[in-house]
This record gives sequence, structure tokens and C-alpha cells, in this order.
Amino acid sequence: METQTIKNKETATKVTERITGSEAIVRCLIEEGVKVLYGYPGGAIMPVYDELYKYQDKIHHVLTRHEQGATHSAQGFARISGEVGVAIATSGPGATNLITGIADAQIDSTPMVCITGQVPSHLLGSDAFQETDIVGISTPVTKWNCQVTKASEIPAVIAKAFFIARSGRPGPVLVDITKDAQFDELDFAYEKCTKVRSYVPVPKTVSGTLEAAAKLINEAKKPMIVWGQGVVLSEAEAAFKAFVEKTGIPAAWTILGASALPTSHPLNVGMLGMHGNYAPNKLTNECDLLIAIGMRFDDRVTGDLSKYAKQAKVIHFEIDPAEIDKNVKTDVAVLGDAKATLTAILPLINENTHTAWHQAFKDLYAIEYEKVIKDDLYPTKEGLTMGEVIHQINVHSNGDAAIVTDVGQHQMIACRYAEFNKTKSNITSGGLGTMGFGLPAAIGAKMAAPEREVVSISGDGGYQMTIQELGTIFQQKAAVKVVVLNNEFLGMVRQWQQLFFDKRYASTEMINPNFVAIAEGYYLKARKVTKREDLAAAVKEMMESKEAYFLEVCVEKEGNVFPMVPSGASVSDIRLS
Amino acid sequence: MSTEKQLFTISVYTENNIGLLNRISAIFQRRHINIESLNTSPSEIEGVSKFTIVVNMADDNIKKIIGQIEKQVEVIKAYYHKDEDTIYQESCIFKMQSDLLFEERQIQNIIKDSNARIVTVNKSFFVIEKSGRKEEVDLIYKELKPFGILQFTRSGRVSVSKQPMEISQMLTAFN
Repeated sequence: METQTIKNKETATKVTERITGSEAIVRCLIEEGVKVLYGYPGGAIMPVYDELYKYQDKIHHVLTRHEQGATHSAQGFARISGEVGVAIATSGPGATNLITGIADAQIDSTPMVCITGQVPSHLLGSDAFQETDIVGISTPVTKWNCQVTKASEIPAVIAKAFFIARSGRPGPVLVDITKDAQFDELDFAYEKCTKVRSYVPVPKTVSGTLEAAAKLINEAKKPMIVWGQGVVLSEAEAAFKAFVEKTGIPAAWTILGASALPTSHPLNVGMLGMHGNYAPNKLTNECDLLIAIGMRFDDRVTGDLSKYAKQAKVIHFEIDPAEIDKNVKTDVAVLGDAKATLTAILPLINENTHTAWHQAFKDLYAIEYEKVIKDDLYPTKEGLTMGEVIHQINVHSNGDAAIVTDVGQHQMIACRYAEFNKTKSNITSGGLGTMGFGLPAAIGAKMAAPEREVVSISGDGGYQMTIQELGTIFQQKAAVKVVVLNNEFLGMVRQWQQLFFDKRYASTEMINPNFVAIAEGYYLKARKVTKREDLAAAVKEMMESKEAYFLEVCVEKEGNVFPMVPSGASVSDIRLS
Repeated sequence: MSTEKQLFTISVYTENNIGLLNRISAIFQRRHINIESLNTSPSEIEGVSKFTIVVNMADDNIKKIIGQIEKQVEVIKAYYHKDEDTIYQESCIFKMQSDLLFEERQIQNIIKDSNARIVTVNKSFFVIEKSGRKEEVDLIYKELKPFGILQFTRSGRVSVSKQPMEISQMLTAFN
């Protein structure tokens, strides 16, 4: 185990205190500015819980109803605040239950520190009660992880964990601490970690690449920006907006990039990918320059890579060198933090409007509006659509709400139609596609930003994967607005079965419980809507509620999400029906 | 960029960390890349370990793998080289029955011709050691096999590159 050598004289002479490892863990969290953490107690982590009890006026522990819920809450907390989310669990099943959330945070670059208890070090490897090799299990899904068996190592390891989780391209870190290390004493002094020798959080921008990128941008006739969460993670929204406005280039987003530029911005041309907007998908294969900013060319965005933007030159603004040329070959790679590189390139680029090119986007939008959007948002036939529910939420939140979604049809519809005025407003499981993410993530988001309206939107399938977190909402008095769009199907899978498996609806129909009764069982205000004429009033009532509120909307059973780039097809083969 | 597979020697300079072998091997496992050989050792720099990994893969994929390896927090730097850009050796030892040494004169010739050496001899067995390139090790194995090999072990490749690997300068810059 490598520990930071204390070179700073001032720190070295700092007076230390003799405390236990478990107290040190809690003190380290407080030193890192953690005010809320999510978790579930158990044998191997009990000494830490004992300290959390003592320090409860300084740090608030949220008892979730499942460790998976703890990770998703920590993720929601991190995504809305930009701070590190913290989850804590015991050894064995407590630790393994964190894995889905950790994997989700890894693929979506979410800063999170997970602390797990472990059996005493003399029992390691003996198949002791609740012993599991969580460091081994979590290795492929963590940015960094480590096991601590000595109390004296705790401060340096936790400092390192926070530094790694939040710096560079953020990610989840797991620290596994044996029970004896929690009980033993150490001389406590805390020093924040600012450097790890082998680790370069932000690569240097290679000399000449900004100029080369600017030249391509200035010469392009039909350029297009595709941006992702990198803009949000580096808090580059202002620099990004300035870049977009000066160049006049149409800009489209990945779902994790949504809300970095307001939905209503005239240069925001919509969502990329499988269920994204028609124009940016089609025109990806017509642009002459593709400017990717803080995104990783996920297959749900690119479709068939061999037919993706082959005609275009590609510029990639990216913090992670491993992403360069991973999926799409770049002509110019601008390494670095998006805020820094976008700020630096601004003086090098010319003002432009690209009016004719914008018209191509508008023309395709008009087609999509007629064929898809109009019927989604303003349906006239029987059966509520998911789109009209999102539209009502827009109306009654003025586009200021943070929308937390689960995974599936409702997620795509929400991302397509939610209006975002503020950044960090679209919290969803993008890369991993974790059903059950939404409800607990919304709890974390609401607790991190109590001043914001947080609306959790789930389908009836994913909702039931973490439905027990209603108990956390009730116990914490977290004023989350919980919407379930109930179509009595695992809708996205059913849609694929309809389109690609000749309507063989294998195990996608759901016989559901009385959701209102369940919510009321957790003492939440609850309402169910089955008719269009009741929808607006119900959404209004929900949004005006000061407390948590549950709203079930029974939507049409076999509604489909379009447009759609069929799996493995080219983005320009996007279907409108 | 070529999609034709060839041998690459990957040299990874790392902090000395318990879990790192797992982390690095997982990168290959996840992508179904078979590791031909793997050797871990100290490096020329105190406190810095070196992994020497031999893989058979396509040129355009090796760059991605290097990127994934370097992305690991405790990896200082990773390099990859084609065989012609490195000086490399493998080592192997053979355990054989002692009477063969006296009954089969040919064995002594094999040892002499291949620049191998006898490490130890006792009443029941003797041990031959040979270091060299892969083909040389393959050859002596082939030659000794007909006489009956009791045990055979071959090491992973160890290698140095013809071009410098500037780790010391890099570490100075980090500090």
C-alpha cells in the first residue's frame, strides 16, 4: 500500500490526536466537506456507524432501504451538485449490493467514494462470515480501489480516494477497511491529497492542436457540434455557450450532456442517438466537420461506426486520452479540460452564422414535428402519451426542474421533450442503462439541492426495482416528486419485440400492484390519472406540493418511441415510424 | 492501420501495488486478448515495478490497449514495441534423468551447441538451463524431448527497448 509521504514541514509538525480508525474515517469525511452520506449498517462497518452516531450534528447519514439505493442516491447527489457522492456499506452482501451503482458511476464518470467494512484482517481469505473479495470484484468497475488493513493508513487513503474520484475524468472509488483497522488507534492528522505521482488527471493540450482545430472550424462550411457530459463535469457551460454562439454552429447533445445548453437555445438542435432527434442524426452524415466535446462516441450515439460521419473531419475535445480514436478516428484531438480548451480556442475562431446550414436542421425538424412530435406532445386520439405528461411537467415547472429518469421508453421520451433551463438538470443512467436508478438518484439530487424542484420519472418496470426507497423518501422527508408512467409493460423491450421479434411479447407484460396504495403505505400523497382531462390538474397539484408526491399516469399500453436508429444501423437510417 | 495480428511487447511502469496485476490483466481479459507471457519485476528505478507483457494482436488495437493501461491511476507509463525494436530473452529449465547424461552422448552435444548450461547434477536427475530468444528455446525443447523430460518450465519474456524509455525524467516532472 502506497501512502503519501508528508513532505510539508508545517503538516509534519502538526499536532496529531490519538483516535480510532473508525473515528478517523468519519473525521476524514468531514474534512472532505461531506455533509450527507448514504448507506446501510452491518457487522463489519458497525464501528464507523457508532462514530456516525457521535458526529451526527456534523454529518448526516441517510439510511436507504438497499445498498444499491445508497449508490444511486450518492450518484444523484453528485450529478446535481458536482461534488463527490458518498456511499457506505458493510462487508459481503452489503458490499456486493453496491456494485451496480459503482458500475453505473464508472461508465457515466460520476465522482463517488464508497466505503465498505471488511472482516478483520486475520480472517481475510478464510471464507469468514460476510467475507467477500470486494476489491477483486470492484476492480473492473472502479477508477481506483484499495483495501486498508492498518488504522494508520486510513487518512492518506481516504484523501487519495476523494482526490482520484473528483479529479480529471471523475469516477467511483472504493475503499475497503477491515474491522480491526476500524478498532485500532492511530495518530490522526488530515492532509488533503492534491497529487498522485503516477496519475495525470488532466493531460496537457498538445501544442498546435488548438490552432489546427480553429483552422478546421473557420474553414468548415457545414460544421456540427456534438457535446456530452464533459461540458457539465468541467463546468464549462459558459465557455461552451460562448463557443457555440461565436461560431454559430448547430449543437446536438448526448443524453448526459443534456441541459448544458438550454433546450430553448436557438443553436441547440437536439438529441443524438438511437431515439434522438431526426435532424442531428441525419445531418451527422452530411456535415463536413464534426466537433465532439466531452463525449465518447457511445454506440447508442453513433450507430454503425463504419457508416458514421465518414465524410467529415473530426475534432475531439477530450480529457481522457484513452477516448481519442477509441471509436471514431479524429483529425485533431484537443486534450484537456473542456472549460480550459474552449476558453483558449475562443479568440482563434471566427464569428459565423451558418444560416443555410441551419435551415437544413429546421427543415428536418419540421418533418419530425409533423410525423412524431405533434402526436407525442399534443395527442388527440385516446390513450395518454408519455410525451404529454412530460409536456405538462414542463408547463408546471417552467423548465426549471431537475428531471431524474430511470431507463427505458419514459427515459427517452423525457430526455427528448423535457425543457431544461439550467445545467445539471438531466440526471439519468446513460452508459449502463440501470433500471431502478431513478427513484434513489432523485432522493440524492433533492438532498443535494433542496431549493430545486426534483422530479423522478420512472416506468412501471424500473420503479419496482428500487420501489422500497419510498421508505427513504418518507423517513428523510425528501420532497421528491415521483412520477410513474405506467403502460403495464417493460415498454422498451416490448417495442423491440414488436419491431424485431414479430410481437412475441416474452415476459414483458407486467401485472402491477396498486401503486397509489403502496405510496400511501409509505405515507406519501398519491394520485392516479387515467384520463387526459385530469392530467394537467394532477401535474399542477404535484408540482405545487411542498412535500413528496406520487403520481401514477396510466399511459397507452403499446406506445412506441420514435424516431429510432435500429440497433446496428447507420444514424442516417433513422426511422420516423 | 493494420488489422493483421503480430507480437508486441508491452512494458508497463507502475507503482508497486497489490491489486494492479488484477487491474491490468482485466483489461486484456475483457477484450478477449490472450496474454502470451507476463513477467513482473522491479525496474531500473527504485520503488517502480515493471510489467513485461507479450500479446499477439492487431496494430490498431494495441494503441487502444495502451490507452486503457495508462488510464489506470497507478500506472506511470506504458510502451509497446515490435520484436525488432527490443532486445529480449526468455529462460527455461529442464529436469531430466541423470543416467541419460551418461548413456546419451547426444545430450551433451545439444547442451554445448545451444549454449545451454547444466545447473546441477545429482544421482537421480540433472537440470539444464537455457536463456535466449523464443526460437532458441523452442529448438532445445524439441531436441531434448525425445530423451524424456521430467519437468519443463519456461519464463515470461524479459525485454529492453532499443529506444530509451524516459521514465526517470517523467517521474522528476511528476514530483
